[in-house]
Amino acid sequence: MPLLELTGVHVFYDKIEALKGISLGVEPSTIATLVGANGAGKSTTLRAVSGLVHPRAGTIRYDGTALAGRGAHEIAAMGLVQVPEGRRIFGRLTVEENLAMGAFTRRDRRAVAEDRERLLTLFPRLRERLHQVAGTLSGGEQQMVATARALMARPRMLLMDEPSMGLSPMLVEQVFETIRAINKEGVTILLVEQNALMALSIADHGYVLESGRIVLSGPGRDLLDDDRVRHAYLG
Amino acid sequence: MKLLRGSIATGLMFGIGGAYLALVGVLMMMQKRPVVFGAFSLGHTALLLLGLGTGAMVARHRESRAVALGLGLLAGLAAALPIALLGLTIATLPLQAIFIAASPALVHMLSFGLAPPQGAAAMLGVGSLAALSGAALAISPPRLRRAVIAGGMAVVVGGVFQELIQLILQYGGPIGAVRDFLYTWQGLRPEGAAALFLAAAAASETLSWLRGTPHAAGADERRRRRFIAAGLALLVLVLMPVLAGAYIGQVLMLVGLYILMGMGLNLEVGLAGLLDLGFVAFFAVGAYTTALLTSQSALALLHLTYWEAMPVAVLTAVVGGMLFGLPVLGVRGDYLAVATLGLGEIVRIIVLSDFAAPLLGGPQGVLDIPKPRIGSLELASPVALFYLTLVCAGVAAFIAWRLENSRLGRAWEALRDDEDVAQALGINLVRSKLLAYGLGAAFAGLAGSIFAVMLGSVYPSSFQLLISINVLALIIVGGMGSLPGVVLGAIALIALPELLREFGDYRYLFYGAVLIVMMRLKPEGLWPSEVRSRELHAAEEPADAGMIPAAERP
Ligand SMILES: Nc1ncnc2c1ncn2[C@@H]1O[C@H](COP(=O)(O)OP(=O)(O)OP(=O)(O)O)[C@@H](O)[C@H]1O
Ligand SMILES: [Mg+2]
Repeated sequence: MPLLELTGVHVFYDKIEALKGISLGVEPSTIATLVGANGAGKSTTLRAVSGLVHPRAGTIRYDGTALAGRGAHEIAAMGLVQVPEGRRIFGRLTVEENLAMGAFTRRDRRAVAEDRERLLTLFPRLRERLHQVAGTLSGGEQQMVATARALMARPRMLLMDEPSMGLSPMLVEQVFETIRAINKEGVTILLVEQNALMALSIADHGYVLESGRIVLSGPGRDLLDDDRVRHAYLG
Repeated sequence: MKLLRGSIATGLMFGIGGAYLALVGVLMMMQKRPVVFGAFSLGHTALLLLGLGTGAMVARHRESRAVALGLGLLAGLAAALPIALLGLTIATLPLQAIFIAASPALVHMLSFGLAPPQGAAAMLGVGSLAALSGAALAISPPRLRRAVIAGGMAVVVGGVFQELIQLILQYGGPIGAVRDFLYTWQGLRPEGAAALFLAAAAASETLSWLRGTPHAAGADERRRRRFIAAGLALLVLVLMPVLAGAYIGQVLMLVGLYILMGMGLNLEVGLAGLLDLGFVAFFAVGAYTTALLTSQSALALLHLTYWEAMPVAVLTAVVGGMLFGLPVLGVRGDYLAVATLGLGEIVRIIVLSDFAAPLLGGPQGVLDIPKPRIGSLELASPVALFYLTLVCAGVAAFIAWRLENSRLGRAWEALRDDEDVAQALGINLVRSKLLAYGLGAAFAGLAGSIFAVMLGSVYPSSFQLLISINVLALIIVGGMGSLPGVVLGAIALIALPELLREFGDYRYLFYGAVLIVMMRLKPEGLWPSEVRSRELHAAEEPADAGMIPAAERP
């Protein structure tokens, strides 16, 4: 049974229909990816799952329970955590304080401290910058903060919105490696990417979104070989 | 050449500023007030300071002494020119029809009592001499400069606030002898001024000797000194009313009430980032609740003692705050300011309305509120009520400090930075925001409750928008999100204007000028919170342009 399952989800921004009946599923401990052009509705899909926008129709089920009517903070408390688009870190707080914010809902202090250590080992760069104000970090470092902050919540499932945006090819490489490492530890991942090539190559399952509709889906490898995908996104 | 032009431009700017002050009447108003009785008025002091400032400004950071002094002299001439011309113009043209302040008295002042042409010449002479002194001061060794400035400031403060100081020094014995040496009943005596100058200069000299080199102190040491200074100031504040009597007690009590409100609004605006221009509504809720529960008048609902009514007033304010927060939950930024402004006005208008009059007394308000009692002791005097305020403010400060460092405090900071992300990390937006309004309101409700017993009656006209604006201004000037900042802000914006009361409406001019100057020179406030100063610091050196979306949001 999928850990996350969307069926016929419609989302409107006023009169604009951003999602026109999306259905998808993410199996536990896998990486699923959602690729598509600008404005296709990728971020909207993640926002709907996080509870930041509410679908007008359709259901979203996580771990067997319907999310309708739940607030964003409740959904986060269920272990479904989003790394938002565009490195939205807390710019006035230090790296350390940003990480602490990630563990906001947790009360198991000892385990939080352990997780912090683990993450600082995963992102050694952040250990050096622990007391720096996050707003002054470089773009890549800010992405690391955003990711590490989300992981501090010890999520069962991570929703990542374009983690590679604006990064140099070398850093992109690193980001995807990290994603794989996180997944290895058992965290289920739904990854939204413009960089379809990279995303599909690490994903167990891929979905192609076009103007609010899913037009193609299948195992990541298969989509990479699909002519339509190659033509539209891989050039 | 560029140096010359720059100095003349600076001088002219100062001069035009001075002429402007003269034309709008500020100078004349200051002229009425002596600094040293029979010798020196505040008006002339202001002109002198203008000259000194001009000289100091152009002489700063000059390598050569001769250049510095020469530029100072030139700038002083340039500064005196517009003012001298103004004197001549007013003397010859009937300008008073347009500018009320352009009176013969002003001419008299600007020409030092001489005939117009000689007066103008004298102004040029005095101006250039003042600027020359200013320039000399600017290039003199720091210790000498500090001593002279300290002496000068002591004379000006001692002269301007002479009534107050004499009031404080109402004792016989040695204190009385010192007072009589410094002051006549009309003001500072010339020999008193000289003594004051020397004493302050000597004190400054001793202080800098005690401190050693100021730059050697590390950040921790500076912090420690700052706290010691703040502690001393607080002690003076606490003891002041007993020593100085009812008037000071009254002023400080008002400061205390504003500190209470400032701490409350600080939770809302400083921590949670919820701009609130309707804050006075909670103050009114606290005051009216106390009034209705304790008053002897016909409107009273119950006849509780003050100590029973106060917690109810605070709780009512909390509920009021939450109800207030509900309709504006989804409103952000600029719109929030407008929405809360509207809500605050609605509360005032309801209180004023005929509809609520049977309950709240309409424009007449609720009268006959008894003073609080402790056993047989009635807290009736302003000094006693000041201490009540002080105790409440102390408790409130402790609570505010604990809140800041609590989970809720962190949730507020996160929401202020980025609502979506905060929610996605598990922070309950609705609860946190309503708590911010409710707890902020609690402080205002407490202040309102004390305010009601202080006046003994409450009227709708006491709860104007200006109060909300004052509270907001004081936390901005003090430093958003900073507790010591609230105290400093309240002293700067509430106590000082109150002490300058006899300057009439002009004090709002000072108030405005102080706000503008503050925001130019020290936008983070007098005593900024750590996070705030980081934010401003971060803005100065963006590591990666455009990568700080969270920090750009209001
Ligand atoms: N708050 C909003 N109000 C109105 N329309 C919105 C809002 N947010 C998104 N939209 C619209 O919904 C559509 C989908 O937007 P979405 O952000 O989901 O796209 P995306 O696939 O994430 O694009 P990108 O790759 O550029 O991030 C777009 O047409 C966008 O203009
Ligand atoms: Mg997007």
